[in-house]
Amino acid sequence: MATRESRTIARIMMAPSVIVLLIWMIVPLALTLWFSFQNYNLLNPVVTFAGWLNYQFFLTDPAFAQSIVNTLLLVGGVLLITVVGGIFLALLLDQPIWGQGIVRILVISPFFIMPPVAALIWKNMLMHPGYGIFARIAEAFGQQPIDWFAQVPLFSIILIVAWQWLPFATLILLTALQSLSEEQKEAAEMDGANAVRRFIYIILPHLARAITVVILIQTIFLLAIFAEVLVTTNGGPGYNSTNLAFLVYRTALLSFDVGGASAGGVIAVILANIVAIFLMRAVGRNLDA
Amino acid sequence: MGSITLEHVNKSFGGHQVIPDASLEIEDGAFVVFVGPSGCGKSTLLRLIAGLEDTTSGIIRLDGEDVTQRGPAHRGLAMVFQSYALYPHMTVRQNIAFPLKMANTDKATTERKVDDAARVLNLTDYLDRKPRQLSGGQRQRVAIGRAIVRQPKAFLFDEPLSNLDAALRVNMRIEITELHQHLKTTMVYVTHDQVEAMTMADKIVVLNAGRIEQYGTPMELYRTPANKFVAGFIGSPRMNFLEGAHAEKYRAATIGVRPEHLRISRESGDWHGRVGVVEHLGSDTFLHVHMEGVGLQTVRTEGEKEFVPGDTVWLSPDPSRIYRFDQSGLALR
Ligand SMILES: Nc1ncnc2c1ncn2[C@@H]1O[C@H](COP(=O)(O)OP(=O)(O)O)[C@@H](O)[C@H]1O
Ligand SMILES: [Mg+2]
Repeated sequence: MATRESRTIARIMMAPSVIVLLIWMIVPLALTLWFSFQNYNLLNPVVTFAGWLNYQFFLTDPAFAQSIVNTLLLVGGVLLITVVGGIFLALLLDQPIWGQGIVRILVISPFFIMPPVAALIWKNMLMHPGYGIFARIAEAFGQQPIDWFAQVPLFSIILIVAWQWLPFATLILLTALQSLSEEQKEAAEMDGANAVRRFIYIILPHLARAITVVILIQTIFLLAIFAEVLVTTNGGPGYNSTNLAFLVYRTALLSFDVGGASAGGVIAVILANIVAIFLMRAVGRNLDA
Repeated sequence: MGSITLEHVNKSFGGHQVIPDASLEIEDGAFVVFVGPSGCGKSTLLRLIAGLEDTTSGIIRLDGEDVTQRGPAHRGLAMVFQSYALYPHMTVRQNIAFPLKMANTDKATTERKVDDAARVLNLTDYLDRKPRQLSGGQRQRVAIGRAIVRQPKAFLFDEPLSNLDAALRVNMRIEITELHQHLKTTMVYVTHDQVEAMTMADKIVVLNAGRIEQYGTPMELYRTPANKFVAGFIGSPRMNFLEGAHAEKYRAATIGVRPEHLRISRESGDWHGRVGVVEHLGSDTFLHVHMEGVGLQTVRTEGEKEFVPGDTVWLSPDPSRIYRFDQSGLALR
């Protein structure tokens, strides 16, 4: 991009894809905005202008406040488990061990399992209070089995989602770990830093950028977690495990209220942007070289 | 204090023996250079002294004390790596202070030592920069600064100048030598460059395939090389070697003559040849002379003498400066 001419040409060449992308984004967003101001229920053929009514109903819905809290807990909990667990696993996998290749593939494999399938496996094989493995283990120790989805529904979903995302975090962090020069670690060792201090002063700062990437990418996906909630708790008991995405689904498809669901969708977009701004402020500076 | 002793040190990686049997005595305060071709085990030997590699067998002593089983942090040595290995997320000040911080030194002492080191190394204006904002020579100095604040028993350098350009290399060579004269601490310095070895060292260790070929002062190695390998490695341009009839005249399997000990003449001499490439360096001129049945010989003359490629010339070795070697390459005296 040296000369003015080449910059102009670059702009012209890029224009079609930029325009397509804009339309691609703008049309659904505009439609959602439009619907969110309509009285539009699938059970009622008459569509009328509603003003802010949809927003008013959605925001005053008793489930709304709780769904926001649940969404943030879900994102925060999964991030905490995957980042801490990911660093730990990456450190382990970075050690030269026999059968390293196979172990790495095993660690990555949860990422290849579809979310509903993973959730069903956890629900029926691991966490089921009657015949789940956790229940059997509890019984073996003479304990009362936990009814995971009734007693700690949100925590159960956090566990399942964290299990799915742990490989992603591990993989990114492992790659970053392997890019740390051996000489730097040796220099720190010669400088008298023991293993813990090498981790704090050398390894962790080196991983800062990778951790940022993990947090940003995972947050985008975690804000929209849906399948795991649907197949395990269905948002219940009560609204205990309903997040924002699930609340929008409930409004749209269980009450056939397209207008209300659209209002919820717009609110979800706004929330996602607030989280994004907050995150970029908090950790985004790690991405600057 | 910092004398280093190696006793029959052996190092293998897997089944591959890199250092067969090295014994060496480095006196306190000496500047010792390990020199040898790439891959001959110089770095391995240095890392054994540092404690970054375990010996397969043998004993390493520091000041007479057996430290073979001690980790690198507990040997009291400091190392400067080829890549400098600075901590990229720390400022120059934090980099230099890092070993002190690890030793839980108090703030005031740390500050004083860092400032002292920065002054010695001309880094005072750069203390708040990150390593990536420094030039190669400055990074090198930060790495040295990080080493000197600890006041180690000895410094270990692994090819510290090989990432610098030629002019800077000459400067840093002098700076490191001056630093040694100033600190008087033992320094062990690894390089593949025999010029660095000759100019900096009190004593040179010439390594070849993990074996110590000779250990001595630069001029000892130049005057009385123990074998053909040392004779060929020390000195620039390289020593000329002649075999067959030429060598038999001197009752040796091979004879060696340094380029500076060959006299060149247009009229008469011992050996006849034809001038090939002529390299003018200004003060000196290197002539590459093709000798019938022997091959290329290098001659060094002063710069003013004018020879052109294709000239027929006569070469005569200085008879007192002919090195004789037996069948196995050992020097005959
Ligand atoms: N960690 C290692 N594992 C296996 N072989 C090694 C290792 N380090 C060095 N070597 C081998 O040891 C020999 C000497 O290496 P090195 O000491 O780095 O040479 P130099 O520094 O003289 O160039 C080389 O043949 C190299 O392949
Ligand atoms: Mg080396």
